[in-house]
Amino acid sequence: MDVFQLLWLIPALPFFSFLILSLSGSKFSRTGVGVFATISVGISALITLIIGIQFLSSPPAGHFYEQTLWVWFDVAGFKPSIAFYLDPLSLVFTFVVTFVSFLIHWYSIGFMKTEEGHVRFFAYMNLFVFSMLMLVLANNLLLLYLGWEGVGLCSFLLIGFWYKDPYNCYAARKAFIVTRIGDTAMMVGLLMLVKNFNTLDIASILTTAPQTWSPGASQAFWVTILLLGGAVGKSAQLPLQTWLPDAMAGPSPVSALIHAATMVTAGVYLIARTHVLYELAPAVQTLVAIVGAATLLIAGFSAIVQRDIKRVLAYSTISQIGYMFLALGVGAWSAAVFHFMIHAFFKSLLFLSAGVVIIAMHHEHDIFKMGGLRKKMPVVFWTFLFGAGALAAIPLITAGFYSKDEILFFAMASTKGSTWLWLAGFVGAFITSVYTFRMVFVAFFGEQKHDIPYKPGISFKIPLIILGILSLIAGFIELPHTFGHFTPFSDFINTVFPAVQLIPEKEGMELTLQISTAVLALFGVFLAWQLYMKRPQMVTRFKETGFGKRLNDFLFSGWKFDWLYDTFFVKPFVWLSKIDKSDFVDRIYGGVANLNLYFNKLLSATQNGNVRSYVLGVALGAVIALTIILFL
Amino acid sequence: MIYVPANMGLLLAAILFLLGLIGVLTRRNVLFILMSLEIMLNAAGLAFVVAGAHWMQADGQVMFIFILTMAAAEVSVGLALILQMHRHHKTVDTNVLNLLKD
Repeated sequence: MDVFQLLWLIPALPFFSFLILSLSGSKFSRTGVGVFATISVGISALITLIIGIQFLSSPPAGHFYEQTLWVWFDVAGFKPSIAFYLDPLSLVFTFVVTFVSFLIHWYSIGFMKTEEGHVRFFAYMNLFVFSMLMLVLANNLLLLYLGWEGVGLCSFLLIGFWYKDPYNCYAARKAFIVTRIGDTAMMVGLLMLVKNFNTLDIASILTTAPQTWSPGASQAFWVTILLLGGAVGKSAQLPLQTWLPDAMAGPSPVSALIHAATMVTAGVYLIARTHVLYELAPAVQTLVAIVGAATLLIAGFSAIVQRDIKRVLAYSTISQIGYMFLALGVGAWSAAVFHFMIHAFFKSLLFLSAGVVIIAMHHEHDIFKMGGLRKKMPVVFWTFLFGAGALAAIPLITAGFYSKDEILFFAMASTKGSTWLWLAGFVGAFITSVYTFRMVFVAFFGEQKHDIPYKPGISFKIPLIILGILSLIAGFIELPHTFGHFTPFSDFINTVFPAVQLIPEKEGMELTLQISTAVLALFGVFLAWQLYMKRPQMVTRFKETGFGKRLNDFLFSGWKFDWLYDTFFVKPFVWLSKIDKSDFVDRIYGGVANLNLYFNKLLSATQNGNVRSYVLGVALGAVIALTIILFL
Repeated sequence: MIYVPANMGLLLAAILFLLGLIGVLTRRNVLFILMSLEIMLNAAGLAFVVAGAHWMQADGQVMFIFILTMAAAEVSVGLALILQMHRHHKTVDTNVLNLLKD
């Protein structure tokens, strides 16, 4: 049997599980719900693995496989179908989504053991996995958009999972509305594509676009910039990054699954998927790189002053996706996808470890109130350290080093790159290692501040250990030229993408760049150790000066973006809607309601409880009826 | 046997019916309303009898027997209700008993 025919099962299984759980989840036992949801995603991951092995050992013709289930609708020749498209790019994404989701579901069984509404939780998680798989496997942009909105919806539902706290609902709304802005831009972009090509089929758009549009065509410019709007919304890049730090209001597995590992990388996927269009619009591609570079710096500086462990991780997510955008912008497509994969492993690991810590600390998020967790929770400490090492790109031993290093090299050496882009990534790498190890040192080292009787169970530990190992070794599938030039990953993925164009004279700088990045990362760790372990009073004293305090507040609030948007968009809008409360349109609808109320009053006046007036009514009615019968 | 023209009999029935209706509309005491209702019923019965006599058919008198039976049943239920009404509200005035308004 051809295993590729099982492709449809990969998204279908989580969807069926979602249906069963939402319709009859209450009939399951408490752990039964979680186990059921986990197994459904687990089988999806297994099928992905089987298909992946088949794909690697005997690739289908043309390096892609397409499975059409049925035609969605057919209007005037526009005929999107429910069809899946598997190529190396979507295979990598599918693998990461199913596999990481499986581990996070597994972890959630323990995490949600005592929470109310666990059926709802697992049903939404399954729906999320389904939507994400639709997004990455879709063969046309309309189906992709369905998945795109599906993950947005699940994100809204899961951020507001603890809906009794109004702040969580606010965060959920914020995430939904801010990403919605991007989604609207994206939809306009899709409509432009339909108008130009009369199809949304990705493969046919990508083959016809270079024939219809010359490089730099204004149509290509507008389409790509609108798609970029959608991508920055979903991937929390400048200027729509403000929703992600607030999205940490959801449970930790949600943060791990949605806001770190999978959903937020949808923008990266979209740009990678439509890379042909971006190559036709070099200006927009440069813009992608600039957005990435600016975002990674802004988010990195914000992360350095956060106190909430999950907010540090949230800003680090924004910053790491900035790296992916940077890679996309300089045309290093495979480097972006590689960093996506590694990031998914270590970031979900960090969030899951943080989740255990938060449970152990009785929902305390402030790292300065933790301290000394190293001895009490050795497994969590080591896994967190592996994740942190990968995030900070500790040289040679962690996976993050190989992926980030590749991006930095291409930012410098690609024809689309520049020294400035490299410098942004370089400084970003330094900040990353400082804030990451600040978090590690403050939370896990030092003296213990609370006694922790809590022992994480085995269902927590196994996913953490698996992800921890992956965060260390997953980088070895793509070694740079200087370390043996072992590149199965990019060889595999480059059947989809064009190779990176390098500037020949900069090619030789690779080793220099690697060594400088490595030294800088280690220096960042050393600096964090000095500042937050050896001489914490230095930081405190700096914070007490006027400038230090203002700087701290400025960075803590995420460069005041919330304030900016609040002043320039939210408040004027609220003001406008306030003065526009009783406008003309409302009068029409209000008038209809008032007329009905008036007639209601008139009619209800007849029901006065006086029997004799009823009799009079009956008698008059009889007279009228008789008159009509007899005389008309 | 004196022959009474049908229209005279029907006129009498109409007058009786009107008298009854006026009684129902103007009286406030439920007991009197019930009595007026009886008059209206009997007027209808009379109309049946007159019509039966006019067409030389027994149907009119059969209908009258039905009406009589129904009236008896109605009175028994009605009187029982009036008794309960009086027991609960200490009054049988319909203007006071208007709790069923909206």
